[in-house]
Amino acid sequence: MTLTQTPHAETTIEALHHVIEISDLSLRFETRDGPVQALSNIDLKVERGEFLSFIGPSGCGKTTLLRAIADLETPTSGALKVNGMSAHEARANRAYGYVFQAPALYPWRTVADNIALPLEIMGYPKFERDQRVAEGLELVNLAGFGKKYPWQLSGGMQQRASIARALSFDPELLLMDEPFGALDEIVRDMLNQQLLRLWDKTRKTVLFVTHSIPEAVFLSTRIVVMSPRPGRIQDIIETGFPRQRPLDIRETPEFLEVANRVRHGLRAGHSYDD
Amino acid sequence: MKNVLPVTIVLVALFALWYAAAALMNASLQEDMFANAGHTDYTTAELVAASLEMERPKLPAPHQIAAELYKLTIETAPTSKRGLVYHAAITLEETLIGFLFGAAFGIGLAVAIQSAPVLNRSMMPWIVASQTVPIIALAPMIVVILNQFDITGLAPKAVIAAYLSFFPITVGMVKGFRSPDPLQLDLMRTYSATRRQTFAKLRAPASAPYFFASMQIGAAAALVGAVVAEVTKSEDGGLGARLLAGSYYGQTVQIWAALFAATALSAALVGLIALAGRIVLHRMAFTR
Repeated sequence: MTLTQTPHAETTIEALHHVIEISDLSLRFETRDGPVQALSNIDLKVERGEFLSFIGPSGCGKTTLLRAIADLETPTSGALKVNGMSAHEARANRAYGYVFQAPALYPWRTVADNIALPLEIMGYPKFERDQRVAEGLELVNLAGFGKKYPWQLSGGMQQRASIARALSFDPELLLMDEPFGALDEIVRDMLNQQLLRLWDKTRKTVLFVTHSIPEAVFLSTRIVVMSPRPGRIQDIIETGFPRQRPLDIRETPEFLEVANRVRHGLRAGHSYDD
Repeated sequence: MKNVLPVTIVLVALFALWYAAAALMNASLQEDMFANAGHTDYTTAELVAASLEMERPKLPAPHQIAAELYKLTIETAPTSKRGLVYHAAITLEETLIGFLFGAAFGIGLAVAIQSAPVLNRSMMPWIVASQTVPIIALAPMIVVILNQFDITGLAPKAVIAAYLSFFPITVGMVKGFRSPDPLQLDLMRTYSATRRQTFAKLRAPASAPYFFASMQIGAAAALVGAVVAEVTKSEDGGLGARLLAGSYYGQTVQIWAALFAATALSAALVGLIALAGRIVLHRMAFTR
């Protein structure tokens, strides 16, 4: 088990090193059927520039954790710091871009206008908006599709537009909640590669929630294995792959070893039980 | 145009039923008329034919209504008070003014309810209650009250038209403003968008389909309001006034002609809004 954990008060340099610091975070939902402990005593430190995947079965709290970081859910106890600020302040400072499972593009706007949406809200002037939109389209290989409407794009292309939108205002963090879950495997492979290239090029910190073990192992520098009831971290695994990796790496024994560790962690967390 | 045939069949069946009903309903009256005229030996065919050509039938036959419509619209001058065009124009004016105000108020109310949910709980019960009062009872009261303030003529009728049209528009638009799904709203939260930005960029455009649907209902309701108002105060003319005049003088064919004119007017209004809706929604990529 490899945990990036410093024992006590961190130095300033180390404080800047960690984009997100979570200590003893818990989140309880009050539902009609009684309280649900979605997250229980989560400790995690996310380093700048890493690609961190969260994997686990449904109900293990990975989406809840991502949403808590995004200030879309409020923890019931514990500490959460993003860029040294509270989650609420980080959201106000537009510290991250969020990509949902569905593209959530506005059907009445063109692709370019959709990518420009956060820029309009944040008050960027027109020429800068146009420039950033053009760069965003280029980044996700959708150059020339700016004037099209979402219904004219395939699911994979829409999701790429959604990623461009999340990155248009150049946040340091990219939070992705099973963004490729609704797509078929071939498109998924292609988008995984594109995402890796994008990550390597932009040097962002990416938090990626997924169901798929191969996807998590392929994309990440570190994998957080979570288990349900209550939602907690079961294991954190360093993958140790180079930043630029081809799809063929999935056939190598190192890859399979990491995947096995992930599976082992899932089994230990009773993820395969009924 | 594959679906012309079923529609045609239904129309033909409807017309056949209508003629049968007219003949049946008017037959006894026609028999009395024959008896009064001393006309005793007539065949069933003659009876049926005569009952479809009565001057004051219980139920006019379609061709009688068509003939009356033709007489009152094409053969009469548009400015003549005996023609339907003149009265239809009056009704249309009241409807349009009432609908415009009703729509403005309805949308404004919906925006207010969306921004301050407390309004929903405090005002909506009263608004719903107001709509359940029978308009035929309320209309004369509104006219009398407005007359006290020297508001006469077209205005009270437009008020009643507005009164009937604003409610479906409010309900529809509130639903439209609430239509974006939580994912979209979460996205806006991640941008720290203000309520006004979320409204202008997300809720308002998303409500476009609901807008056109509720406008259609509102337009039809406004016309009903105008006609009912005219029935209660018929000095200023309008299709409702013609309906009333027809019932005073027992001119059933005239009543039905006015009825058809009102229906045609309503259909035209609703149809125009629907057409505008199709065009706009297609441009906004809600429909392909």
